[in-house]
Amino acid sequence: MAYYLGIDVGSVSTNLVIIDEEGVVEEAIYIRTQGQPIKAVQEGMKMLAFRNRKKWDIKGVGTTGSGRQLAAVIVGADVVKNEITAHAVAAQKEVPDVQTVLEIGGQDSKIIILRDGVVTDFAMNTVCAAGTGSFLDQQAHRLGIPIEEFGNHALRSKNPVRIAGRCAVFAESDMIHKQQLGYKTEDIIRGLCQALVRNYLNNVGKGKEIRPKVVFQGGVAANSGMKAAFEEALGLSVFVPRYHNVMGAIGAALLARDAEVEKTAFKGFGISDIKFTADSFECQGCPNHCEVVNIKMEGKTIARWGDRCNKWKTSL
Amino acid sequence: MRKVSFPYMGTSYIPFNKLLTALGNEVVLPPRPNAETISLGCKFAPEFACYPFKIVLGTYVQVLEAGADTLVSTGGVGPCRAGLYTTLQEKILKDLGYDFEMITLEPPGRHLKDLIESIKKLVNTRLSFRDYINIGRFVWKQLTLLDKAERLSHKVRPLEVKKGETTRIYKKCVDLVADAQNMTELSEVEREIELLYEGIDKKDFDPVKIGIVGEIYVLLEPSANLEIEETLGELGVYVERSMFLAGYTVSNAVMDLFHMAGERDIKKLALPYFKEMCGGHGRESVGNAVHFAKRGFDGLIQLSPFTCIPEIVAKSILPRVCEERGMGFLAITLDEQTGKEGVRTRLEAFVDLLAAKRKKAKLMQKSQLAKEMS
Repeated sequence: MAYYLGIDVGSVSTNLVIIDEEGVVEEAIYIRTQGQPIKAVQEGMKMLAFRNRKKWDIKGVGTTGSGRQLAAVIVGADVVKNEITAHAVAAQKEVPDVQTVLEIGGQDSKIIILRDGVVTDFAMNTVCAAGTGSFLDQQAHRLGIPIEEFGNHALRSKNPVRIAGRCAVFAESDMIHKQQLGYKTEDIIRGLCQALVRNYLNNVGKGKEIRPKVVFQGGVAANSGMKAAFEEALGLSVFVPRYHNVMGAIGAALLARDAEVEKTAFKGFGISDIKFTADSFECQGCPNHCEVVNIKMEGKTIARWGDRCNKWKTSL
Repeated sequence: MRKVSFPYMGTSYIPFNKLLTALGNEVVLPPRPNAETISLGCKFAPEFACYPFKIVLGTYVQVLEAGADTLVSTGGVGPCRAGLYTTLQEKILKDLGYDFEMITLEPPGRHLKDLIESIKKLVNTRLSFRDYINIGRFVWKQLTLLDKAERLSHKVRPLEVKKGETTRIYKKCVDLVADAQNMTELSEVEREIELLYEGIDKKDFDPVKIGIVGEIYVLLEPSANLEIEETLGELGVYVERSMFLAGYTVSNAVMDLFHMAGERDIKKLALPYFKEMCGGHGRESVGNAVHFAKRGFDGLIQLSPFTCIPEIVAKSILPRVCEERGMGFLAITLDEQTGKEGVRTRLEAFVDLLAAKRKKAKLMQKSQLAKEMS
């Protein structure tokens, strides 16, 4: 049977999935990128190689996420797609008649509007990261609650406290003030979830018509407090897919499957043993002084980017 | 001799350089806005000023350091802050201790006398009436050729077989126009531009069409819009901008003088949505959106500098205009950021969306046809 590999390299997590021809997820891996995308991809590939008992015959590879170009040169990808398209494809596979996708990841959030199976509109957060996973992580840490427990605390609350949601800085100071006044932690947490949802709907979802079915995905979808807050604010039930945190990777794999590539560019699971390095230099060609990055495989440059004028990009 | 310089905007420096040199000035050519320009602009500008203000201010510092003693800028009318920017920039630069003269060219329709006074200061050699005509003709020809080369690049780039070839040819065309010395040479260059573009290997398909509207500076200066037209072209999209240099000069200088319609048609198109002027090019953005929709474009992109009031007003109207006319809409706000990846992601997704929409419309048409046949 043919299998397809999808990789989503995001700012916070790097996800890898293997799907079969039917689009059923065989294996899903979620690891933290920790600012080292090359290492994260290789580590993920190593884990997949280890679990590769069935000897997957990979017929196509898709990459997505902000590190998609990098992942593509490392593993050898057939399809390199933006994360909006990838997320929409994956949500549609899960819920065929989806009309709205809410996605909140580590550093960004987006909304995708679909009608009759076609993406008709989308938006990504531009100026503010208040509603994203990193902020929730940080607040959970500050309150001494593991992030996995965060949602359950919120669900226990009966009287949510109003928290300012417009800006992460306002939200944090508001939270501290309310804590000092003696409000219960769970009420503050529920208030925070409501504030983040409000911020998301006003900022990212501004002017968009949110129709059912609504799918909520991305790392933050694991937070049951956020799901409840969305349902409350929208008055609609919100569906969280099983593989909500790797939907981008699933989308990339599905896109690779549908691309009908004749011969995949996949370099094999062995790439985790190859030495990839990156170095950079400052181009002196003009006053922009672009930082040009070289991606090297065993010492040989295989890709180059970072220049605004394409002088280096096209020199290989 | 006056050492004159001016803001950098697209390829306008080529005809501007020619014009000012012919009038007997020494020209200090402004550099293409780069990291240093932006750092200088951000350092000396008020924090809340818009991106074009900062780029232009940074450019002024660079050219003054390079020895310029006269700065020429265009003024403006209406409530957009940019109309007052020249005055503010002059104040900031004088506070910094630079000694120079600022010459503002106001639109002739309203400030003809001021404009003539300003131009007089820039004429520093004896010229006959014939000379003026010749200079005018030459500079105008340069302007139109530069626009032509750019329009052709937008047309050809989505079809190119070898990525990057159109951009290379376009740069070559710009150099050819800049190097031409007289009208005969310019006419030869015109032929050569056509031949160069014809020589590019092209694919045969009907690309997705996107119209671009927005604030003039970020529209016309690629370094301020992260080279959006190039990026879109390489994604296989035909791009058309609502504003070009020659067109802009005509509507704002010539037409304005005789109070003729020009941009006014575009304003008329905006009328159902926009009854008042809001400064800048807010109303033109809406009017041009209607114009693009009428011509069957698939999508519309609005470029605006962060905090640009006229474009914010337009941005609240454009989604409705586009929805009513079945056109996709994407707004991009520009500021200091130089990382292209974020914008690229949005552009890619937008193009995917438009392509899917087109495909669906075709399928619908087919099934409709099948239904009618049976």
